[in-house]
Amino acid sequence: MLKLLKHFGLYFIMMKKVISIPEKWNAFRKQLVLELVKVGLNSIGIVLFISFFVGGVVSIQTALNLQSPILPKYLIGLASRDSLILEFSPTMISLILAGKVGSSIASEIGSMRVSEQIDALEIMGVNSASFLILPKIVASLLFFPFLVILSMGIGMIGAWVGGLSVNITTADFLYGLKYEFISFYVTYAIIKTIFFAFIVSSISSYFGYHAKGGAIAVGKSSTEAVVYSSIIILVFNFILTKLILT
Amino acid sequence: MIEIKNIEKHFGDNHVLKNVSFTFEQGKTNLIIGESGSGKTTLIKILVGLHKNTQGTVLFNGEDVNKMNSKEMRKFRQEIGMLFQGGALYDYMTVEENIMFPLTMFTDKTEDEMLERVNFCLNRVNLEGKNSLMPSELSGGMKKRVAIARAIVMQPKYLFCDEPNSGLDPKTAIVIDDLIQEITQEYNITTIVNTHDMNSVIQIGDNIAFIHKGEMWWKGSKEDLIKSDNKELTNFVFASKLFKKLKKLS
Repeated sequence: MLKLLKHFGLYFIMMKKVISIPEKWNAFRKQLVLELVKVGLNSIGIVLFISFFVGGVVSIQTALNLQSPILPKYLIGLASRDSLILEFSPTMISLILAGKVGSSIASEIGSMRVSEQIDALEIMGVNSASFLILPKIVASLLFFPFLVILSMGIGMIGAWVGGLSVNITTADFLYGLKYEFISFYVTYAIIKTIFFAFIVSSISSYFGYHAKGGAIAVGKSSTEAVVYSSIIILVFNFILTKLILT
Repeated sequence: MIEIKNIEKHFGDNHVLKNVSFTFEQGKTNLIIGESGSGKTTLIKILVGLHKNTQGTVLFNGEDVNKMNSKEMRKFRQEIGMLFQGGALYDYMTVEENIMFPLTMFTDKTEDEMLERVNFCLNRVNLEGKNSLMPSELSGGMKKRVAIARAIVMQPKYLFCDEPNSGLDPKTAIVIDDLIQEITQEYNITTIVNTHDMNSVIQIGDNIAFIHKGEMWWKGSKEDLIKSDNKELTNFVFASKLFKKLKKLS
């Protein structure tokens, strides 16, 4: 319990340092562009790949579970759409990004900590937390929603391909996709994603920033970043769903 | 000049520094020597503000750093250059970007002016033309020289070097020692070197502080050190057979 409180305390102290006006906007912009590439662009491939195949599997499994003459075929499109928008794209993609981006953030900052690069920044008079972490958080907040929207789109293409493989016609599938579409679900998904982006980037940065020792400590910080980010994402997923949808 | 008076440092029950006082003189290479675990790294971290001392005062040209607020501290730190044990160069930046970094953060110089200063510093450490190399492409000695160039790019008043020769071959170590001494004298800065390397002590030790079990055990110049009869000091400095022979010859 004491250890948990210590983590909370250190996290909020770090965040107080992070959330400050950048000392030099030019330097911040440069860092932000670097982070947009690392956090965002480099994650597009894996997001597309996973979304396409999961979308396909969702529609095949839905079709197999709804094999009944009284159930209309368009339900497969509808069920795939809602699963992707409500849960898979925002939550599962955020969990995947917690693994990919979170571990990369923690190991990058952790390596900088153990090789004294963060001390070097501090001695120069640079607010190291703000300089290193703020661009990562901003890049995540900007790019995660984009990745999730992309995931929704590609997931639906995957679901359509999956549907075709179990004899669901394109017309039925498209009808299901459009049937009683509630646009607020997309807003809900984006709100969740913004929370998750903050969780992944700030918690991973926290574990990297407080790494102590050598290479083993960096590995440990990376693992902890993924584990804690994932747990907190799942807890917040429950809380946000309860608050927003009910 | 840096003056430390009655510095104490505790880490929980561990009393790391006990009533340490010393004056680091301007224009001289001041060395902190001592065995591993003696407290010299803690002392250097207190001096650069990475640790807070439990008691005592640290005066930089008469100004008490412990009384500075965070804004003053940040500004003051721009007067400090530090050479870390491993160089601490930013992996994702080229040599040029590494050296230019403090200028981009704290000055309003144009790109051309910054580049001119970077090239001057690179020439000063004999690395002209290496601007576009990445830290991973540099040898240990080159990394240290780039780190020195970065440390002096803002024309600091104080230069701190944490074991500048660790991991270097004897010939490169001499190059680094000479460079530190030349820069100290050329820019009349206060240089503090934390070292284990006895060659460095003999070569560049203008003003030496020997820390033993957290206490200031002995202070003096390299000439005083050779003549000293202090048991703990001679056991530490002249531990090797070669140095013992040298001591007898002197």
